Amino acid sequence: MSYAPSPAALKRIEEAIARYPEKSAALLPALHVIQDESGFISRDAEVWVAAKLAIRPVRVREVLSFYTMLRRAPAGRHTLEVCRNISCSLAGAEEIIRLITDKLGIAPGGTTPDGRITLVTVECLGNCDHAPCLQVDGIDLGPLTRETVAALIEELKAHV
Amino acid sequence: MSENGVRLLPVDDDSWRLEAHLRQGGYETARKAVTAMAPEDVIAEIRKAAVRGRGGAGFPAGMKWAFVPRGCPGPRYLCVNADEGEPGTFKDRLVLLRAPHMLLEGMLITAFAVGIRTAFVYVRGEYAGVARRLEEAIAEARAAGYVGTRLFGTDFGLEVVVYYGAGAYICGEETALLESLEGRRGQPRVKPPFPATVGLFRSPTVVNNVETLAAVTQILARGADWFLGRGLPKDGGTRLYCVSGAVRRPGAYELAVGTTLRRIIEVHAGGTPEGRSIKAVIPGGLSAPLLLPEEIDVPMDFDSLALAGSMLGSAGIVVIPDGTPMLDVLLTTARFYAHESCGKCTPCRIGTAWILKIVERLRRAGGSPADLDLILELADGIKGRTLCPLGDGVAMPIRALVVKFRGELERTVAR
Repeated sequence: MSYAPSPAALKRIEEAIARYPEKSAALLPALHVIQDESGFISRDAEVWVAAKLAIRPVRVREVLSFYTMLRRAPAGRHTLEVCRNISCSLAGAEEIIRLITDKLGIAPGGTTPDGRITLVTVECLGNCDHAPCLQVDGIDLGPLTRETVAALIEELKAHV
Repeated sequence: MSENGVRLLPVDDDSWRLEAHLRQGGYETARKAVTAMAPEDVIAEIRKAAVRGRGGAGFPAGMKWAFVPRGCPGPRYLCVNADEGEPGTFKDRLVLLRAPHMLLEGMLITAFAVGIRTAFVYVRGEYAGVARRLEEAIAEARAAGYVGTRLFGTDFGLEVVVYYGAGAYICGEETALLESLEGRRGQPRVKPPFPATVGLFRSPTVVNNVETLAAVTQILARGADWFLGRGLPKDGGTRLYCVSGAVRRPGAYELAVGTTLRRIIEVHAGGTPEGRSIKAVIPGGLSAPLLLPEEIDVPMDFDSLALAGSMLGSAGIVVIPDGTPMLDVLLTTARFYAHESCGKCTPCRIGTAWILKIVERLRRAGGSPADLDLILELADGIKGRTLCPLGDGVAMPIRALVVKFRGELERTVAR
């Protein structure tokens, strides 16, 4: 088995296990910890977490393939999640998405060839009074304009 | 904003801090409940206040608590539903950001009333940044002796655990939430048994929405009569009405239950921007059937919206302006539910996918009135045939869109 979490991550996973009356309830928390550290959850990590929680690996895969925020492949260093649900679409989300795809040269779901930025479209982020909105690495931004989006992309391209 | 001063959502810059909560008499209500009241008296007061669930279903909170069997051995749990995902809704986000101690105090009161010692707060994964304030509030409360064991010098204690989802709308449905919390796919359970008897880890469980629990603190602090007086006899209190879309001042407005939709939009949210008019309004999140401009004098409470053929739901109001192609709104709606259907019930899994395919084809290549009839047929095939309300939540808004804008849709797809 080639996956092993760092000691700090292992500690967080073990703390999570201790919080629930059943070990398997720590599955989602454990996957969050692994993804935070490694950027995604590898096949080896799936097997590792199954053994750690005393569940079958298929149970891990079931969960992993259900929740959209969990990744089975690496993403870019930065992630742009652009909302396209009702309030954002009324405020011009499609135009924002077009602008970003043009600037990055990738379609939603893709990562720039340099591995820097991943773009995804998402359903409602619950920030509708700031529509159109997005999250960049989990941080809320909005209401977006063509100018703020262009500036954000330049910043991400320059950021190490 | 509240029209008579007392707020669920405070406005001070530091309102999320323990210090600010204590300035407003924070944790004194929980102390009163724990040290001077019997659990059944707390439940009775909440039942009297007629506080209906703020998450969307509108089930009376006090009644939900009363369903938990008394005197049986083993643990009981409180699950706080902070999986706010209904499109157009952002009120629980604001409670977490601005009044996390109000929520924690409501959790303490609820736990005391029902005999609970452990609470889980299920926060949607996208709110991880927002919930940092809640985590800090819990740490503050723990340090000050408001969370943990032996609270207020009694045997009562409450442990609070924050749990993060990972991007699944369905987990806002209470039994899907429990499945998710147990480390499985968020797929709804067959009811009965209801969570009050067989819930988290097969134990009796209360699942309440964030805003509902924050309101519990208000009710017990000022009394059920005060709360009832701010709303309607069967639907008490104020609510956080979220307004987004084509209005001058999008935001959350804390107003009496029963305030009319027109007043919320035109007076509080400032009406539509200069030169724009209302084409339709979604009154209670995307699952609520939309209303036409001549239908918005409806009072915003559960019963009035149901009579108007729609739903108060999560009270997320979305104003659709003139000029919006309704085929686009249909696509946004169809895409959302096809994406979020959990796949457990066949009518919803297959029905949402087919509706989306048809709408995408209509956008791409046009079609005929028969296609609109097929969409209605598929929607009717989902309604009432699924374990959880997501199925009805697809069927109802799709039907309203197609029926109320049939003329426009026919012209658009005719090419």
